[in-house]
Amino acid sequence: MRSLTKINEINPNSSIKPNNAKDEQNNLGLGGVGRSTKHESADKHVSGEAIYIDDRLEAVGQLHAAVGQSSVAHANIKSIDLSAVKAAEGVVSVITVEDVPGHTDIGAVFPGDPLLALGKVEFVGQAIFAVAATSHDLARRAVQLAKIEYDELPAVLTVKDALAQNNFVRPPFTMSRGESDQAITNAEHQLKGDIKIGGQEHFYLEGQISTAEPTEDGGMIVFTSSQHPSEVQKLVAEVLDIPFNKVVVDTRRMGGAFGGKETQAAQWACIASLLANITKQAVKFKLSRSDDMCMTGKRHPFENNYHVGFDSKGQIKGINITVNGNCGYSPDLSNAIVDRAMFHSDNAYFLDQSTVIGNRCKLNTVSHTAFRGFGGPQGMMTIEMVMDDIARHLGKDPLEVRKINLYGKGERNVTHYDQKVEHNKLNELITKLEVSSNYQARRLDIMEFNKQNSILKKGLALTPVKFGISFTVQHLNQAGALVHIYTDGTIHLNHGGTEMGQGLFTKVAQIVAEEFQVNVDTVGVSATRTDKVPNTSPTAASSGTDLNGKAAQAAAKTIKARLIKYVSDKYNVSEEEVVFCNNQVFIGKQSDSQLNEGDISAVQTFTFAEIVQQAYMDRISLSSTGYYKTPKIHFDRVTGKGRPFFYYATGASVSEVLIDTLTGEYKLLRVDILQDVGHSLNPAIDLGQIEGGFIQGMGWLTTEELVWNEQGRLLSNNAATYKIPAISDAPVDFRVELVPDDPNREHTIYNSKAVGEPPLMLAMSVWSALKDAIASVGDYKTSPVLDTPATPERVLWAVEAIKSQAENMSQKVEQANQ
Amino acid sequence: MPASSIRFLLNNEIVTLDNIDPNITLLQYLRENRFDKGTKEGCASGDCGACTVVVAELSLVNSSELTYKSINACITFAGSIHGKQLITVEHLKQGAKLHHVQQSLVDNHASQCGFCTPGFVMSSFALHKKTHKPNREEVVEALAGNLCRCTGYRSIIDAAMESSENAEEDSFAQHYRQTVKQLNDLAQLPSAQLSCAGRDYFSPKSIDELAQRLIDKPNSTLVAGGTDLALSVTQNLATIERLVYLGNVVELNNIVETADEVIIGSGVPYSQFTPVLEKNYPELGEMIERIGSMQVRNNGTLGGNIGNASPIGDMPPALIALGAQMTLQCGDKVRKIAVEDYFTAYKQTLLEKSEFIKDIFIPKAQPGKILKLYKISKRLDDDISAVLAAIFIEVENNEVKTLRISFGGMAGIPMRAKQCEAALLAKPFTQENIAAAQQALTLDFKPMSDVRASDSYRMKVAQNLLLKCYLELQNRKIETRVVNYA
Ligand SMILES: Cc1cc2nc3c(=O)[nH]c(=O)nc-3n(C[C@H](O)[C@H](O)[C@H](O)COP(=O)(O)OP(=O)(O)OC[C@H]3O[C@@H](n4cnc5c(N)ncnc54)[C@H](O)[C@@H]3O)c2cc1C
Ligand code: FES
Ligand code: FES
Repeated sequence: MRSLTKINEINPNSSIKPNNAKDEQNNLGLGGVGRSTKHESADKHVSGEAIYIDDRLEAVGQLHAAVGQSSVAHANIKSIDLSAVKAAEGVVSVITVEDVPGHTDIGAVFPGDPLLALGKVEFVGQAIFAVAATSHDLARRAVQLAKIEYDELPAVLTVKDALAQNNFVRPPFTMSRGESDQAITNAEHQLKGDIKIGGQEHFYLEGQISTAEPTEDGGMIVFTSSQHPSEVQKLVAEVLDIPFNKVVVDTRRMGGAFGGKETQAAQWACIASLLANITKQAVKFKLSRSDDMCMTGKRHPFENNYHVGFDSKGQIKGINITVNGNCGYSPDLSNAIVDRAMFHSDNAYFLDQSTVIGNRCKLNTVSHTAFRGFGGPQGMMTIEMVMDDIARHLGKDPLEVRKINLYGKGERNVTHYDQKVEHNKLNELITKLEVSSNYQARRLDIMEFNKQNSILKKGLALTPVKFGISFTVQHLNQAGALVHIYTDGTIHLNHGGTEMGQGLFTKVAQIVAEEFQVNVDTVGVSATRTDKVPNTSPTAASSGTDLNGKAAQAAAKTIKARLIKYVSDKYNVSEEEVVFCNNQVFIGKQSDSQLNEGDISAVQTFTFAEIVQQAYMDRISLSSTGYYKTPKIHFDRVTGKGRPFFYYATGASVSEVLIDTLTGEYKLLRVDILQDVGHSLNPAIDLGQIEGGFIQGMGWLTTEELVWNEQGRLLSNNAATYKIPAISDAPVDFRVELVPDDPNREHTIYNSKAVGEPPLMLAMSVWSALKDAIASVGDYKTSPVLDTPATPERVLWAVEAIKSQAENMSQKVEQANQ
Repeated sequence: MPASSIRFLLNNEIVTLDNIDPNITLLQYLRENRFDKGTKEGCASGDCGACTVVVAELSLVNSSELTYKSINACITFAGSIHGKQLITVEHLKQGAKLHHVQQSLVDNHASQCGFCTPGFVMSSFALHKKTHKPNREEVVEALAGNLCRCTGYRSIIDAAMESSENAEEDSFAQHYRQTVKQLNDLAQLPSAQLSCAGRDYFSPKSIDELAQRLIDKPNSTLVAGGTDLALSVTQNLATIERLVYLGNVVELNNIVETADEVIIGSGVPYSQFTPVLEKNYPELGEMIERIGSMQVRNNGTLGGNIGNASPIGDMPPALIALGAQMTLQCGDKVRKIAVEDYFTAYKQTLLEKSEFIKDIFIPKAQPGKILKLYKISKRLDDDISAVLAAIFIEVENNEVKTLRISFGGMAGIPMRAKQCEAALLAKPFTQENIAAAQQALTLDFKPMSDVRASDSYRMKVAQNLLLKCYLELQNRKIETRVVNYA
């Protein structure tokens, strides 16, 4: 007979240790929620012991994959000669689309993404064939030896051309309310403008990678760096033409993802699986950095425009906005991404009479994909431009115009897609930040500084963010979890969410620990696996914790209910008299004060592990699944109306910048952020998401420039030419606060709010502050046009444009005076 | 004396490299040959720092002292580790106890996805070996070559600043004497060599050996820091048959000061020659701090920066403006030329077969002469210049007495702006004459558009920098640089 672990060796009281002094002051309850628990892998990160796919032990005979890429943007393939590739050193197998037994299209939502080119290529870098070789280097060298002849076709390489030719990956879509044209015409003032918003490379530090190992019955186990293991499972099965239940996909952690591994991790997993299936060896496919940059999609570049009518206070009366997303060559997730840009074309402002049109332009570039914010940021940029433009037109501080346009309470509180903005605290939040950041006094200081300095100029801006939380594709808003308790009292936790650094595993472990009132290190987190929790959604849309936290809580609650019932039956007490607390279970009559004072004489107590063992011996199931689906949400795409979002996450930021009007160089001097995260599950993790999201957003709007040449080849295809923020780009003065004690009114997990994506858009204040500094050159009379990324070059041209406008104006004044 | 094999200390263990491809990088060696997977690959091009390891070597001034340097393992050829101690992230934790730089990152919640973290640990470790209590500026300088896509850096900066407090002596301090002895023993070995699969790697110890080797094997490729050359292997998949490593050639690793010159050996890395140049030309010191990253400056050399003949190398324009000279040696023949004359056309130089750059001669600061330098790049730190302007000027009685202006990024080679100089030289130093000089720049240069900047931006900025230089010299107190503004 199996003997159980001796638990009297475990001292329950010794293990309650607040993570740090700050927590002690907060006097939080036991369990896990609300504490700044360290990341579950923190110790392994710093020691180098955390295992990423590339660090896994290699199977004997493991092969390495690489793919041959298209060198042209649009062409029919005339001929492919792979003889030199096949003969190259180390090459074991070479495949083309002909060798795919099952599906050849791996489009995530709509078809259009061939696994390997099907007679035709649609962008530079498209995969045409794949090899497996004995080393990564040999595979990379071999693919260069192919001889491919093309019949070139005309390539569409600009949004302008795509629009002119109605070249779309999905049909256009409009959301509207009232008569915007009329409202614009009737308004006191009108303005028009347009803006080009650059895309963004994800630059996850760990590039795309998968290892596939053949299993028996023609199956496959795939270790992948993917935000969406279930999708990888489905696609690998379909490509291999085997049932889903023969494929297992395992993701322990990713070295960053940011949306770039939502759909676009699948192709590499599928190719590795195909090669593994053919060679009957394990195959690893790791993209080199520049291949990764050329072959995977980015944040969508957008080209947007607006026509607005407003009153003399600056309040919008009517507006038309068109957002044109550059989707690249295939639909991928673009339909939902452009939808989200349209949903967020209001950002935090009430757009009275409004029309928002969204175009999904098809270009012969790589297919652009999810990236933190998912189109939302590109949608918001237009309306933030409108705010600045109105302010300059009326000679007001942009903050005043922003405030007067905010959603109201009780009135002016319905979005252009008919969702009511409930529990709206934006006004209070902004006012609080305006005070805490000392906005008004700094505004005066800056005016003074700008008078004194002819070369360096300062700028200041406050911008809000209101971001809708939920997948706008309704069925994705579901999640599953699996919780086991073992007989030593340790807990095994698994759910459909993936860990990409955002701290999801930590937060969900905290939630489970909270349920059982045990230490969080009692809860062992485990790799996301399709054979543990099936049919999962991608970890995306900031919803990871909202969904999986609730599912895991449901699983824990099921087991806990069984344990309570069991104990109450066994010890003949009511269920209320069974209390989980401090790694123990208290049985019998008790008051809160007794518990608090540790006076446990009146009751019988067991350690958590003892109760678990008793339950096991009495044949109580110690394992459960849990399931959750988000309530309330719906959206009708025909009418363009509904409630796509469960709730909104809000925040605001103030940025102060310094620019050099001779070179366009700039520096971010100070940032103040106030972000609403509801009742924070883990303040340290939330703070990290806010700071990291902000800096990532700043990179998107400033130095991160994607450059394609006239043949459609990406020139900024490595880390030497594509510049994400470095450590010195972080502001010296960086003040981030969470809105204190403001639980989410919706019943989210512990009334927390999602925090993954919203902070990225806080960086719009950097862009607006740059424009503020530039505007100072023309005495704030003109609103600078500043496309993004606002590289030093763009800043200098904007300064030059303002200077020459100012000169023209003064010439006109002089002429008039003569 | 027969050549030794490549030998080094991996933490405390002496390791011999045999039978490995001389083109292999230190990162490949660690991950693929040793299966030490703690050191990560993020870019394989020296830009992200995920592969940062630390090298300890005997100090040049005192062979009983060690200096610790962070370097990028991904662009360091494995052979260059000969005679040194290699420390990787695996060596920091002792039993279950994290090193204090590691613990501090944990305490500050400074890892999210964790992929960049081993690199930050190692950069931070090297910093703490140099500076007990680093301030923010020192932290930022030491970590500028480590990219993190997740955290936004604030927590990492806090961690690196905090971690030395209450720190106990670490295992490296405990083994210090033993390490010094082991490295001194390795230093006795003759010149080292590695050959495999028809390729070889030779690491001469003396300049005579070097010169002879290049005569014997004229198709050899010189490698110093490798921060440029290694990219041709990791990025362009080139193979290099014969590598000759300059890092152990004693005569190339000297800095000598005479009455009016600083003589820097071509093999001296930036981090070693920066102080003496900074002392003479403060703006040069500041500019060098913006060349690459700490890791790049710990390995990269002056000889390599000139040797790669890039039109966007940062030192050549400064050296040209200063009127620096250099010696080229072939066999036992040495010739001295102006740095300015070295570059003949895009990626073409005066260097002959079997010849190498020996020393660079830089005039010391002289009263009245000022070196103004401007590095313009998309990102302030660790970015290649779009334009680099170097202006060496002497103004007396408001007249330009001497002047040399040189630019990087404006032509196929680093080049003087002679028409522009002519517009100012021996003329009153006035805004009108600056305007004329700005105009003259268009005669000197027809810059290119590329991924870093457009032709028109390059020209506009170059012109504006002349004005900026003028304004700065007219009024020394005026704030004109965002870089210096904190
Ligand atoms: C991330 C990163 C950032 C960088 N940033 C900058 C920057 O900001 N500014 C900048 O200027 N450069 C930069 N560089 C480029 C490079 O680091 C420098 O040019 C460096 O000085 C090269 O020196 P090295 O010793 O590493 O050269 P190596 O790579 O060893 O050699 C470079 C070339 O010079 C030749 N060579 C080396 N020594 C000699 C000699 N003694 N005689 C003749 N030929 C020789 C070699 O054969 C080779 O062709 C950067 C590089 C990286 C990887
Ligand atoms: S792997 Fe990026 S610097 Fe070495
Ligand atoms: S923690 Fe993810 S890159 Fe730094």
